[in-house]
Amino acid sequence: MTPLASRRRSTELGLGIIAVILVIGGYVLVGLAENADLPPDLIAILVGLVGLFFLAHLAVRRFAPRADATLLPLIVVLNGIGFIVIARLDRDLARVQSVWAAVGVAAFIGTLVLVRRVRVLERYRYTFLLVGIGFLLLPLLPGIGFSLNGARLWAKLGPITFQPGEAAKVLLVVFFAAYLVEKRELLSSGTLRVGRLRLPDPKHLGPLLLIWGFSLVVLVFETDLGSSLLFFAVFVGMLYVATQRFSYVAVGFGMFALGALLAYQLFNHVQERVANWQDPWPAVGEGNSQLVEALFGFGTGGFAGRGLGLGNPDRIPVVETDFIFAAIGEELGLLGTAAVLIGFLLLVGTGFRIAVQAQRPFSKLFATGLTTIIGMQTFVILGGVTRLIPLTGITLPFVSYGGSSLVANFVIVALLLRISDETAASAEEELEQQIRQRSSVGMGAS
Amino acid sequence: MNRSIRHVGWAVVVLFLALAGNLVYLQVIKADELANDPRNIRTLIRDFSGPRGDILTSDGEVVARSVEVDDEFEFQRLYPLGGLMSHIGGYFSFSRGSTGVEAAYNDELTGRDFDLQVRNLEDFVLGKENTGNVVLSVSAGAQRAAADALAGRRGSVVVLDPNNGEIIAMYSNPTFDPQPLASHDIAAADAEFRALEADPAKPDLARAYREIYPPGSSFKIVTSAAALDEGLATPTEPVFPSISELTLPLTNTTLSNFGNGVCGGNLTESFVQSCNTTFGQLGLELGEQFPPDMERFGIYDAPPLDLRPGAATSTGPEPGSFAQNQPLFAFAGIGQGEVATTPLQMALAAAAVANGGRIAEPHVGREIRDDDGAVISRIRPGDWMTAMPAQTAAEIAAMMTEVVQRGTGTAAALPDVTVAGKTGTAENSQGPVDHAWFVGFAPAEAPRYAIAVIVENSGSGGVVAAPVAAQVLGVLL
Repeated sequence: MTPLASRRRSTELGLGIIAVILVIGGYVLVGLAENADLPPDLIAILVGLVGLFFLAHLAVRRFAPRADATLLPLIVVLNGIGFIVIARLDRDLARVQSVWAAVGVAAFIGTLVLVRRVRVLERYRYTFLLVGIGFLLLPLLPGIGFSLNGARLWAKLGPITFQPGEAAKVLLVVFFAAYLVEKRELLSSGTLRVGRLRLPDPKHLGPLLLIWGFSLVVLVFETDLGSSLLFFAVFVGMLYVATQRFSYVAVGFGMFALGALLAYQLFNHVQERVANWQDPWPAVGEGNSQLVEALFGFGTGGFAGRGLGLGNPDRIPVVETDFIFAAIGEELGLLGTAAVLIGFLLLVGTGFRIAVQAQRPFSKLFATGLTTIIGMQTFVILGGVTRLIPLTGITLPFVSYGGSSLVANFVIVALLLRISDETAASAEEELEQQIRQRSSVGMGAS
Repeated sequence: MNRSIRHVGWAVVVLFLALAGNLVYLQVIKADELANDPRNIRTLIRDFSGPRGDILTSDGEVVARSVEVDDEFEFQRLYPLGGLMSHIGGYFSFSRGSTGVEAAYNDELTGRDFDLQVRNLEDFVLGKENTGNVVLSVSAGAQRAAADALAGRRGSVVVLDPNNGEIIAMYSNPTFDPQPLASHDIAAADAEFRALEADPAKPDLARAYREIYPPGSSFKIVTSAAALDEGLATPTEPVFPSISELTLPLTNTTLSNFGNGVCGGNLTESFVQSCNTTFGQLGLELGEQFPPDMERFGIYDAPPLDLRPGAATSTGPEPGSFAQNQPLFAFAGIGQGEVATTPLQMALAAAAVANGGRIAEPHVGREIRDDDGAVISRIRPGDWMTAMPAQTAAEIAAMMTEVVQRGTGTAAALPDVTVAGKTGTAENSQGPVDHAWFVGFAPAEAPRYAIAVIVENSGSGGVVAAPVAAQVLGVLL
């Protein structure tokens, strides 16, 4: 191991141990609040958590030794807080979630083992595109796809049900990155002038229109506003990074606004969402919506929260998935919500730093895309549950209950670590080459 | 590319800052408003699972208290006196809300009352709960005396202090145990509620202040006051004819005396013998003047009462209907027809006589105390109504004293105390047997207790209700 690698890995280990202590502390608090006793499965949870962290840590040590040191501890904290809150809400769900966390870590290790160089992914861009689109449309297939809680996002293959969209978003980001690297020269050279904006040749706008079309399909047929906004924002962000042309952002969001307006005109469920955002408050005697209960939760939690296990987050229907942040807001207060937000800010900041530091254009675009997924997904759901923007159902990465999302996010972080490791490795190589050259020059002089 | 990556990064940071700002808005600026929104059931859960003060009787027995338990609500409400106090103390239920003192004094019991809030800082420093204890004017001893005297029969006993309106006893049979309704097993509590509501005996009905009955001859107190005030009679003049029945105008109906007997004489004599023909005649003579006189006693209105739900409204013949409905006014003179009153209202009529014509506002709460027993506030409402001049009250008091000495109410007499009262035997639609009433006060010279007794469908007031009053007053005096 190089000095850089061993320094980064011991930092990761130290931060990881702090994260584990934090999570176990929270889990003990939940047990104490529930029946004034230590949780009976404390040892099992402790062993499981420490075991999973060490497995992931050892995999990074073995397969990406020079990778960034903060990402893994950050996701231990975020996933741990999510687990604590899920355990506080429903022990059975927490057991399922812990199995999913193990599957996620396996996927994380598998990604590090299989993807030794991100360049490999670049080569199979069209395969990823086809598989990604296939996954995206899988829930629409009769016999396989089905609806749950109003959105047609699910597929059932044999005994396993999952949300193929979660895998699709990673696959499509691979394609976007590879495609944009290939076409960015063409896309950057504007020939069409519209006022002050210079637009590229209409024939190069094809992929933009294609993605626009797909996000509308997702929006309309799967009634999934959140994923649709997410795909589009990620694509436009990557397009901007590839071409450095702001006109794409303007046109892109103009097109999204147009699509959203059309959807609003045509579809009831979109209108309902917007109406419930503008005025969620029920009349006397009417039941409270999820959103209203969430807002009451945030308000009742206040600055310091009501304490883990001491609030009533179960007032919010299906709080453990999309609304888990409201449970955190009620029981841990502004202190807890700010901590989670800062956790995501650090995660996203690290992701963008990896993108900036990466050497090859594909790695830069790929890292930007992966990071934007996590950042935008966090914004869309947190903005929704706090009534900053209309609510769209989507999970909070690492924190919400749900297997598909958790596994996909573990894979995203593994890919970011892979890019980070490659960057550090090539920097080390360069440095070695310089030293070798200098020493050979020195020898020649003697 | 690095410049544009940074732009995307900053865009995400700006979005996160918007989230942070919105969180501060929700969790700091709007926090109190959201937390206390009535649609936020967390407030109810907080009350239900928070510490809560005791409800105590005037003789120091615990009506309701909270103990810490090891479940999600943390505090279990206990009602050690069970059905004895449930129509007053009420219940505190999760799914159906609360009633009685539990509802009316919720702010004091939870410590959200202003007087208790002021003490908050001090209590916080000393680590004390700032919940208030409600001490009632109702005595458990008096309630037991009332329950014993009713001996399981359907009916009510109301005893109050005519001088200040403090309710000493207000017991109704049948009653219910509030304990299962306060269960933390919400489904079990709901089953109890349904069983209670389905019970044909209506044990959840607080008959003493929530049910209205024809008061029968006990209402002659009101008729006499009206006749004296309107100058239609004095205690001695005129002499009403001795007859057995009164033919009512505009109809073929007659109004007859109890047992179809012949009676009459002056107002005192008619009152002492409870002569229907005289009071039917007075009802007709009062005519349109009668409803305003009843209003001064509180008929057509519900007395203010510090319980939730409050007292029922007592009724009389519709004002302005005398021309078309003269017989109803004759029946009103003897407390029948459209006259229907709560037992509490009749106790207030007796209290008016006992208190020089003025009716003090009835109430069950006496004072709010903190955890150390120090009095934080006293509950002292003023007068509710002035029913009649003091002179009229004195004249009726004299007549009521004679009722117990030599008239229909001799069974209410006590050996060492002068009891004043009026019996009532009311025909009713509930069944063939009359409701038995006794309405009075004692001691007649310096009244301390006003009382109203009703025993439903049990016979004559002088035989059934008067002994109940005597038994209760005997325990109290």
